[in-house]
Amino acid sequence: MEQNTHVGHDHYDAEASKIGMWLFIFTELLLFGGLFIVYSVYRFMNQDAFHLAAEELNTTIGAINTILLLVSSMTIAMSTSTLQLKKKGATLALLAVTVLIGLIFLVNKYFEWGTKFEHGIWPGSEHLLNDFSQGEILFFGLYFVMTGLHALHIIIGLIIILVAAWRVHKGTVNENRASLLENSGLYWHLVDLIWIFLFPLFYLIH
Amino acid sequence: MSEEKHHVVPYRVYVIVLLALLVLTFASIGITSIEMGKFTVTAALVFACIKTYLVLTYFMHLKYDKKYITAMVVFVFVLFFVVIVITFLDYLYR
Repeated sequence: MEQNTHVGHDHYDAEASKIGMWLFIFTELLLFGGLFIVYSVYRFMNQDAFHLAAEELNTTIGAINTILLLVSSMTIAMSTSTLQLKKKGATLALLAVTVLIGLIFLVNKYFEWGTKFEHGIWPGSEHLLNDFSQGEILFFGLYFVMTGLHALHIIIGLIIILVAAWRVHKGTVNENRASLLENSGLYWHLVDLIWIFLFPLFYLIH
Repeated sequence: MSEEKHHVVPYRVYVIVLLALLVLTFASIGITSIEMGKFTVTAALVFACIKTYLVLTYFMHLKYDKKYITAMVVFVFVLFFVVIVITFLDYLYR
C-alpha cells in the first residue's frame, strides 16, 4: 500500500484504475466489433458493389493516416516511459507530438470527406440514392458511420491527452501517480487498433 | 497494490515495434494490390491481426502487466470471434 501521508481520503489505486480502463476498452471493442460484423455480413451479401464502391476511396490518404496513427501510438507509449524516468520535459514534448499528429489525422480526414462531399457522396445525398446500387449505398453508409465514429474517438482521445498533459505539467500526474497518462495511452492505442482494421477493410480490399 | 514497481519499457522496444508495424502496413498494402480473389481479404486480416498483437503486447503493455489482464483481453477476442462464427453459420446456411 501507498504510504498514507495524505490526510483525508486518497484512493489512488493504479491497478484498479487500469482494470477499469480495460473494461471500458472492452465495451469499445465490442461496439466497433458489432459494426465490423455488420460490415462483413453486408460485404458478403453485396460483394461486387463493395468492390466497386471501395475504388472510390483514396488509398494514399488512408495509408498516410495509418502511418500517422502508428507513429503517434509510439510517441504516447514512450511518454509513459519518460514519465517513469522523471523526464517531465520529454514527456510533455512527446504528448505535444502525439496531439499534433492526431490533429493532422483529423485535417486529412476533413479533406478526404470533403472530396466525397464534392462528388456528391454523403449519407442520404441525392446522387448516392439515385445513381448507386443498394450495396454501394450500404458501403458508403458504413464508411461514414465507422470512420466518423473513429474520428470522434480521435477527438475525445486528444482531449484526454491534453488533460493528462496539463496534469503532468502541474505535477499531479507523476512517476508515482501515472494512471491518468497510462490510461490515456491505452485509449489512444485502442483508437489505433480500430484504425488497423478500418484501413484494410475500407481502403485496401478492392 | 499501488506501490508495485513499474516496469520502464526501454525506448528501443517502442522504436522496433513501430518499425515492425510500418513494415507490416506496407506489406499489407503490397499484398492486397495483387489480385488474389478471396484471399485478399484473408491476407489483409492476417496482417491486421499481427499488428493488433504487437500493439496489445508492447504499446498496451500486456507483456509487462499481470497475466490476468491478458486473459481478459483474450476472452473478449474469443467472444467476438464466436459471435462472428455464429453470425456466418446463420448467413451461409440459411
